[in-house]
Amino acid sequence: MTPSAEPVHRKLGMTDDEYETVVGILDRPPMPAELAMYSVMWSEHCSYKSSRSHLSRFPTEAPWVVVGPGENAGVVDIGDGLLAALRIESHNHPSFVEPYQGAATGVGGILRDVFTMGARPIALWDQIRFGPLDQPKNRYLFKGVVGGIAGYGNAVGVPTVGGEVEFDDCYTGNPLVNVMCLGLLRREQLVLGTAGDPGSIAVLLGKATGRDGIGGASVLASASFDEESQEKRPSVQVGDPFEEKKLIEACLELYEKGLVVGVQDLGAAGLSCATSEPAGRAGVGMDVDLDAVHTRETGMTAPELLMSESQERMMAFVSPANVNEVLAIANKWEIESAVVGQVKAGASLDIRYNGELVASMPAASLADDAPLYDRPSTRPDWLDSLWSADVAIDIEDNAETLRTLLSDPGVGSSAWVHEQYDHMLFLNTVIGPGSDASLLRIKGTDKALSVSTDGNGRLCYLDPRQGTARLVYEAALNVAVTGAQPMAVVDNLNFGNPEKPEVMWQFKESVEGMSEACEALGIPVVGGNVSFYNETDGIDIHPTPIVGLLGLADPAPTDPPRLGKARVGMEIWEIGPESTDNLAGSVVQRILDETLTGRPTEPSDVDARIVVEAAVRLAHEAPVLHDISDGGVAVSMAEICIASGVGADINSSNPFSEDPHRFLAVMERGTNPSVPEGFSRLIGTVGGEAISINGDALPLSEALEAWSNAIPSAMAG
Amino acid sequence: MRAAVVVFPGTNCEQDVVYALQSLGGEAELVWHRETDLSEFDGVVLPGGFAHGDYLRTGAIARFSPIMAEVQRMASVGRPVLGICNGFQILCEAGLLPGALIANRDLSFICRPVEVEVVDNNTILTRGSTVGDRIVIPLNSYEGNWVDASGTGRVALRYTDNPNGSQQGAAAVTNERGNIAGVMPHPERAIEAVLGSADGQVLLNSFLDSLVAA
Repeated sequence: MTPSAEPVHRKLGMTDDEYETVVGILDRPPMPAELAMYSVMWSEHCSYKSSRSHLSRFPTEAPWVVVGPGENAGVVDIGDGLLAALRIESHNHPSFVEPYQGAATGVGGILRDVFTMGARPIALWDQIRFGPLDQPKNRYLFKGVVGGIAGYGNAVGVPTVGGEVEFDDCYTGNPLVNVMCLGLLRREQLVLGTAGDPGSIAVLLGKATGRDGIGGASVLASASFDEESQEKRPSVQVGDPFEEKKLIEACLELYEKGLVVGVQDLGAAGLSCATSEPAGRAGVGMDVDLDAVHTRETGMTAPELLMSESQERMMAFVSPANVNEVLAIANKWEIESAVVGQVKAGASLDIRYNGELVASMPAASLADDAPLYDRPSTRPDWLDSLWSADVAIDIEDNAETLRTLLSDPGVGSSAWVHEQYDHMLFLNTVIGPGSDASLLRIKGTDKALSVSTDGNGRLCYLDPRQGTARLVYEAALNVAVTGAQPMAVVDNLNFGNPEKPEVMWQFKESVEGMSEACEALGIPVVGGNVSFYNETDGIDIHPTPIVGLLGLADPAPTDPPRLGKARVGMEIWEIGPESTDNLAGSVVQRILDETLTGRPTEPSDVDARIVVEAAVRLAHEAPVLHDISDGGVAVSMAEICIASGVGADINSSNPFSEDPHRFLAVMERGTNPSVPEGFSRLIGTVGGEAISINGDALPLSEALEAWSNAIPSAMAG
Repeated sequence: MRAAVVVFPGTNCEQDVVYALQSLGGEAELVWHRETDLSEFDGVVLPGGFAHGDYLRTGAIARFSPIMAEVQRMASVGRPVLGICNGFQILCEAGLLPGALIANRDLSFICRPVEVEVVDNNTILTRGSTVGDRIVIPLNSYEGNWVDASGTGRVALRYTDNPNGSQQGAAAVTNERGNIAGVMPHPERAIEAVLGSADGQVLLNSFLDSLVAA
């Protein structure tokens, strides 16, 4: 057999045209290290080359935005001299290849994005999606991913206070593992990813560089999967939460003492990114000496050093006078450090190894000159037939249907997941996992931050634009029922292969829907991530955008609504517009009908604003507020009954409808929720030993059993 | 009266313990594990976390940290020494408490509130409580399953529904003298009703009172 004649740039995932662009920039063929750097920096994962032109659609401005998209994390002003930093990321492909480490390093990466900004990470949320648990492989992936999140998050000492779990056939070959992080900082501690002025010293902090994760961004995250994907295991990084914990504390001490002019974390594209991006942003050049990089393997080549995605590393830019103090602080926290470069005037990034110049290019070209594609998009021809399908479902017994729903791993209790996560550290968690949104108090103030993360691949498959808009409205309502006003959004756009026009259309529609909903609520998108190529053996996942929405409760309710506060005799109100009998995309359709058809009910920007305002106000008086989503009024009521240990008797014309903009309010008898006409209906009372829906009663003990065992019994196989 | 709260690399509950002790009117200060003098303090807390990463056995490396000689000295002269979660594991590794903490019975990390019953109130952790009192405090551990082949450990708190397989259902253990205590659930996470429970107050108040009385 003759060796493959495939050119090196193609093996690195670069097209011939992209290669020619590099030759044009350099005015010569690239050296190996240069080619390596361009290949990772221009990968889909790092350059957003298929999505960038569409992402500019997002509304990104508001008076409270301090840092918008483009930096390592978005930052908003929450008053009292405090800022909140937030970011969301995906680790989908690594988690399929190696679930524990893939998920673990996803946590590590998102933490670095946030503490790079000068913030202490205070909480994590994980959004994870798998194929059905009746398949052993899916159980293995689910268990490994949850284990990895727990293993890293618990040990690094940042609580995982919420998230989502969804199961659907479309994720069998391509699970989704997204993670969001929130950080808190004092305004004066804000740090940006800039290299600073000429003369600044580049100090590489943290773990030694090895050969792990080489090409993670370009090889793993930017290509589709097939049967041979397991061979990509060496491209998965390995996490070390102990090193990260020390790195966090060391960096926070550097910020507190004002010792750095800029910081960039080393994630995807490693040193290639951590040198070129800060220099490019600052409009300066840099000399870098790879011999100074501390390594844990010998004989690494320059391309390997520049592409490695070894974890738990940070690049700090420091004025020469402060270098010794920075190294001393690193030493105190028992992390390694090395002076690896110096910023200089001009634009040239010059990298030397073994005394030779191995790369010399305009620093900004790696980020700014990345290709930009306007890929063709076509409305899928399958939509019309889906939309015209009859979605009526015959529900004979409301109680049995409720039991069936509660027994489903995607609907039942998530305790199996969240009891493996430390969700209480830092003593801020007023409302933790298992509710609509998390509520975290801010010590020293009377405020609290609320976060909800929401995705729904089925809705977005049937209608990418309106489905995505509904996610934003649902997340907004989720934070509102804790008493928080929606403030900012980060998004993680998980889609299939963008080279397919139908996928590109789904993507564009989704971006449009998110933009419209954010505009309707007056909230900006402050950051996000795009994950394309979620395709295995030619089959794309449902379009699965995830919305992470931050709200501010100012002041926070002194005794916020909780699911467990319903008491005998209280009255149950359904707040929001009247629902319809449209079950398109609902969990009832998935579980009872095993179909995915119809056109979901469209959201209304007017209704969305009315219910958010009502919920924020009622959060200061109602014992229980609960969003109506998966499983409709029936499941929402059951969750309240289970948490409160008491039954309820309700009447509802569409108990399983998931139509938007609705929530349940459990109020003291005789209290009127005082919302605009047509937005409230008294549907029942709390009491008894059963959940009774239109006269069909499911004993509370049986509801509890179905709900509690949903995941454990599925995991038992 | 001041308590030292020891910080090992990888410790993560230190700020919570300081916050809780101060909220209850106590004085508490962080002390780095390389320090060697605790003579300015009246007692010491080893908080939860993953000291030195706990990649070996939990607490196996922390027991060799420089501060531990001083913790040993404090313990030997009868000063209050409290280990919470990882701190409990370190006290066992250091031989200050009998037994060891192994993986939970179901080999799964457990983070949730659990109910415990006071079975011995003659310790620095429980002196303010009454035998038979039942309180709810959050558990947060993977290696929370206490085993004691020597049979010499005194159980101070017992789980009412043993979640991790701990011998005698032990949630907290003390030495013969009652001045060293290890507790697996986190009392500092249960000092305010808004966070779910204020039942941990009685335990931390007992510790603070012990600083004066010892």
